[in-house]
Amino acid sequence: MESRDWIRDGVRAVGGGVLSVALAITNIPLFVLFVVSLVLTPVLGIGLVLLPLVTALIRGRARLARRLAATFGMPIARPYRPAPPSRGLLIRYRWIVTDPATWRDFAWLLPGAVAGLVLGVLSLAVPLYGIEGIVLLPLWIWLGTGTYGYGAIWPIETLGEGFLSLPQGTVILAIGLAMAPYLRRADAWLTKLFLAPTRNAELRLRVSHLTTTRSDNLDAQAAELRRIERDLHDGAQARLVSLGMTIGLAAELVDDNPAMARKLLSEARETSSDALVELRHLVRGIHPPVLAERGLEGAVRALAMALPIPTTVGAAVPGRLDTPVESAAYFAVAEVLANVTRHSFAQHAEVQLWHHDGTLTMRISDDGLGGADRDAGTGLRGIERRLAAFDGTMSLSSPPGGPTVVTMELPCALSSARISPYSETA
Amino acid sequence: MRVVIGEDLALLRDGLTRLLEAYDFTVVAAVDNGPELLPALVAHRPDVAVVDVRLPPTFTDEGLQAAIAARAAIPGLPVLVLSQHVEPLYARELLSDRKGGIGYLLKDRVSHVAQFVDAVRRVAAGGTALDPEVVSQLLARHEPPLAALTTREREVLGQMAEGRSNGAIAGKLFIGEKAVSKHISSIFTKLGLPPSDDDHRRVLAVLAYLNV
Repeated sequence: MESRDWIRDGVRAVGGGVLSVALAITNIPLFVLFVVSLVLTPVLGIGLVLLPLVTALIRGRARLARRLAATFGMPIARPYRPAPPSRGLLIRYRWIVTDPATWRDFAWLLPGAVAGLVLGVLSLAVPLYGIEGIVLLPLWIWLGTGTYGYGAIWPIETLGEGFLSLPQGTVILAIGLAMAPYLRRADAWLTKLFLAPTRNAELRLRVSHLTTTRSDNLDAQAAELRRIERDLHDGAQARLVSLGMTIGLAAELVDDNPAMARKLLSEARETSSDALVELRHLVRGIHPPVLAERGLEGAVRALAMALPIPTTVGAAVPGRLDTPVESAAYFAVAEVLANVTRHSFAQHAEVQLWHHDGTLTMRISDDGLGGADRDAGTGLRGIERRLAAFDGTMSLSSPPGGPTVVTMELPCALSSARISPYSETA
Repeated sequence: MRVVIGEDLALLRDGLTRLLEAYDFTVVAAVDNGPELLPALVAHRPDVAVVDVRLPPTFTDEGLQAAIAARAAIPGLPVLVLSQHVEPLYARELLSDRKGGIGYLLKDRVSHVAQFVDAVRRVAAGGTALDPEVVSQLLARHEPPLAALTTREREVLGQMAEGRSNGAIAGKLFIGEKAVSKHISSIFTKLGLPPSDDDHRRVLAVLAYLNV
């Protein structure tokens, strides 16, 4: 079993080597084209058109190199600056020329080609030589060549020594297969050296990610505040005004028409109840009280109890999360469960929460119809955006026929003590 | 009847005291924080306690925890828990010792004075009084053993959970009192509750409702 894995890895790496040789050859015309388009920039502006095209080709080639490296265990991020919104020639030319990643790609073309060729050829040649050794004796006997020569470990010079080529070929083939993954790793390491984002580029990418999530977050918060304002204005506030009026009227009537006053007071009580119901719903939407009282685990358990679909909750979250993270996590789970009840036709759902290694993982699965699509509704996209504000991620697996599994991850710390977020107000 | 009150808002604490004393209850202690509540409950052993879920110093669920701890020390101590919001989860925790004598109501129910006082008396007598809001949150559930019940039986069970008597249930659902007893004995059978004192079976049926 183990030896088969080892052989499979070797064969895969040899395949990768062949691919990298083929790709490495394309580096040379790309290098030439890039230089030509640079040189031609002052001449009639041909380079203005040519350079963006050549750069697109080079970036495509670099993308293949990154993917190849990733298949051999070295994922490499894209370092490029985001494209400018304008499609003007000069603007695009400037965008390409001022991006250091363009020049790093260019610098990689030749060393990358050499490394790809040398390492690729080496990873193919050694196993091939081994195979030659294995089939050598039968070949000699059938074909009967005049010259006999083989051997890297010990020389074989005559037909009589030919039987020794089989063990030697086997050893060489084994060495070749064992070595191939390391050669791939070396190639991937060189690729990473040139094609990975520099510290600077990484920071720039991070800033652009943060800018997007921050503005999404602010938009969402502003919309939320507007909704709360509207709900208070049209709901509880309006009811309190009417309450004051009704009580005032009852006070006027209490001597002359006590029966009417009593009726008005009982109306006032109804109105105050209605106002409280509305406030309760509003509060639940802002920050559910059970979340403040019990934390994520308790709140999710409380939520699961009130769902029409039987839902089991398993949790290993020893401690409390920071309030904003806790709230984001809770609403994400609540939204996914709402989707489950609305669309899945499931008989049973399950929520798993655990915190490990600085990451909170929330997995919600159901045995429903499947076929959920994150682009279909706004729900799942909204969750994704909300999680992104905390560098969280969501992944969805929902084949037609089910089951559907939504996995969300949030990097966050746990605190053991639970501390009230607000001070004494009573 | 002797009452201990645990409520941190002075306005509500005084209001509750005045209200209960007007109905011939004696308030033997009224505390305004979590740490003092449990000793007060254990020391006074009241006929009934009226407790707010959220109390200082943490403003989480200290009142609820004190109530549960007090019932561990004095089994069956009648407690009526009040809150601005109700959670079936908390109802389940309160009832899980299967002793009865538990009320769990929204604070706004206090404004219906007669009904509220009635609920306090019922709890003191060992019955249950769950808020209609808790009951309605559970009505949507379809899992065993409740799945075996008919819609009407579910309604009757919900009314039992709120603490209504057979006569009151009959009035509320516009059916005869005989029909109510028939539904109730059918509920007991379907939930597999052995014949015993009727009040205790009512508590057990409510527990099944909460999936304890």
